[in-house]
Amino acid sequence: MGKTLYDKIWDAHVVASEPGGETILYIDLHLIHEVTTPQAFAGLRAAHRPVRRPDLTLAVADHNIPTEGQALGVDAVEDLEARLQLQTLDLNVKANKIEFFPMGDVRNGIVHVVGPEQGRTQPGMTIVCGDSHTSTHGAFGALAHGIGTSEVEHVLATQTLRQRKAKNMRVTFVGEPIPGVGAKDYALALIGEIGTGGGTGSVIEYAGPAITALSMEGRMTLCNLSIEGGAKAGLIAADEKTFAYIQGKPGAPKGAAWDMAVDYWRSFTSDADAVFDRELTIDVSKLVPTLTWGTSPEDVMMVDGRVPDPAGFATEDKRAGALRALDYMGLVAGQPITEASIQRVFIGSCTNSRIEDLRQAALIARKALEKGQKVAPGVRAMVVPGSGLVKEEAEAEGLDKIFLEAGFEWREPGCSMCLGMNPDRLEPGERCASTSNRNFEGRQGRGGRTHLMSPAMAAAAAIAGHIADVRDYL
Amino acid sequence: MQKFDRLTGLAAPMPMANIDTDQIIPKQFLKTVDREGLGKGLFYDFRFDMEGHEKPDFVLNQPAYKGVTTIVAGDNFGCGSSREHAPWALMDFGVRCVISTAFADIFYNNCFSNGLLPVVLKADEVHALMAEAKGGNHVFSVDLEAQTVVSPSGQTFHFEIDPSRKEKMLKGLDAIGETLEHAPDIDRFEEKRRMTRAWASA
Repeated sequence: MGKTLYDKIWDAHVVASEPGGETILYIDLHLIHEVTTPQAFAGLRAAHRPVRRPDLTLAVADHNIPTEGQALGVDAVEDLEARLQLQTLDLNVKANKIEFFPMGDVRNGIVHVVGPEQGRTQPGMTIVCGDSHTSTHGAFGALAHGIGTSEVEHVLATQTLRQRKAKNMRVTFVGEPIPGVGAKDYALALIGEIGTGGGTGSVIEYAGPAITALSMEGRMTLCNLSIEGGAKAGLIAADEKTFAYIQGKPGAPKGAAWDMAVDYWRSFTSDADAVFDRELTIDVSKLVPTLTWGTSPEDVMMVDGRVPDPAGFATEDKRAGALRALDYMGLVAGQPITEASIQRVFIGSCTNSRIEDLRQAALIARKALEKGQKVAPGVRAMVVPGSGLVKEEAEAEGLDKIFLEAGFEWREPGCSMCLGMNPDRLEPGERCASTSNRNFEGRQGRGGRTHLMSPAMAAAAAIAGHIADVRDYL
Repeated sequence: MQKFDRLTGLAAPMPMANIDTDQIIPKQFLKTVDREGLGKGLFYDFRFDMEGHEKPDFVLNQPAYKGVTTIVAGDNFGCGSSREHAPWALMDFGVRCVISTAFADIFYNNCFSNGLLPVVLKADEVHALMAEAKGGNHVFSVDLEAQTVVSPSGQTFHFEIDPSRKEKMLKGLDAIGETLEHAPDIDRFEEKRRMTRAWASA
């Protein structure tokens, strides 16, 4: 029987197999940030354990940093707890000789934007980080997933992780999407189908012509959201697009090593006779722009639809959940979702803050400007690039000017309002069109109401002042 | 990690499905550099209103559930963020066991790093325990060695658990110490890696 892509990466990283089913798996790249590492470094210190491979570890400051005034440095961060956490990371990376892009460094940004952008994320690797959206790196054919802080400490000390093998699942995307539909819609449609627990215990490989057609940015968006379907990781086999993206990046192999690396990377594909524990197919030609209406990423609907009626849900638990979600979201069953007026727009996060995401949003802003339209009155719309380098690239293309002219705020990079650990937060009752990844109660600020959607959809909502069908703004 | 062998204590029902780690411990409590003291933020938005007053309706605020040690929860408990602050907060609050039909992977792993026992049971079994947790007598007994949960009325349910995880939790073993015993294996792997994939090291 053939092997899957996941099987092959797994097999290439087995250090030892323990009786009882645990495997000690080698980790090729460990990404760290300020929020989930202080206790791990403290644990190492207490046990007098060194960091085994500082050279395979890369640090950024992203979760709690403000998205303005970054050049003033950490000492100017107003939130004292956030400041202490940032200072703690700085001390820990210095003491352990770990490469670090501090706040304000042009290379700094959201950890899952920085890894690929630096060429550190490569096919066939195992990559971990104390952040659930580490699944993003699966877009490069790397086995990548989030871990807890105790596991961060374990990886720092041993460069390995104790793992049990997950199941293999494959989702094949076929068909050609209509304009206005892309990777975010694919991901939301899939989560809507399998539910937030649908991928639990599985690694999902995404395959098929609609995946091949996606850009690396689109693939990262899709793999990023694997965790919202409960999956351990998402994976896409590397191809020419992957190699082209990596080539020339600072961490990419150079010279003769490049050819050796590409040969090696090409070996990481699922065999034709590989058997998956579960297979699904999604026809993307049937999708229209998609968004969430409730407080779970599985609460998915098409933009031209009506808010669902809880009475129509299958079980008592689901009905209760839907009722609670409607109440929290301030929506009424049966209303067209485009009637929901918004107060905030957030374009950013590890899901959708890369250059292509910003281009798609800027295109909607530019078309609006051509028609004499801007961000609707009463709406505050923020654009937060994923890294300093994304910000620079966008500015070189003039995207910042389009956003600013259209009435969007152009911010400095970071996780920002995706999780609201920094000052960027929703106020109670505010409704937000957001390109992020979680619409949980209170996620973007207590009482805040989040609708997840693509960058183009969020930009269209900013112009309209309510949830809008991006197809009317193309 | 803290040892876990047997636990007898109050169980509280939280029937909502998909209780995510943002609900278990909201973002404002993640700015700590310590593992301790997070119990004050556990289920913060459920426990306190906008002014910081306790919400009397919430189960953990009710006098009958003060001192809770076990939570019987709806499906897919612990989904979302990887924050280990979630099990830290539960344990700091006094919770040592969560029973559900399913847990999200990262949360499940994090439990075993800390000595918080996640028990997976079938839907009808969780349903039965949920009903008893809502009742007047809600003292549950959990026995990891025997892999059983015993309800106040005497219903006994057997749960499955990975044997190596069970052993580590019973003994409170340090996973890093165990892995470091494999240092020669790691050295060998790294040597092979250096020979075959020189480009993958900075």
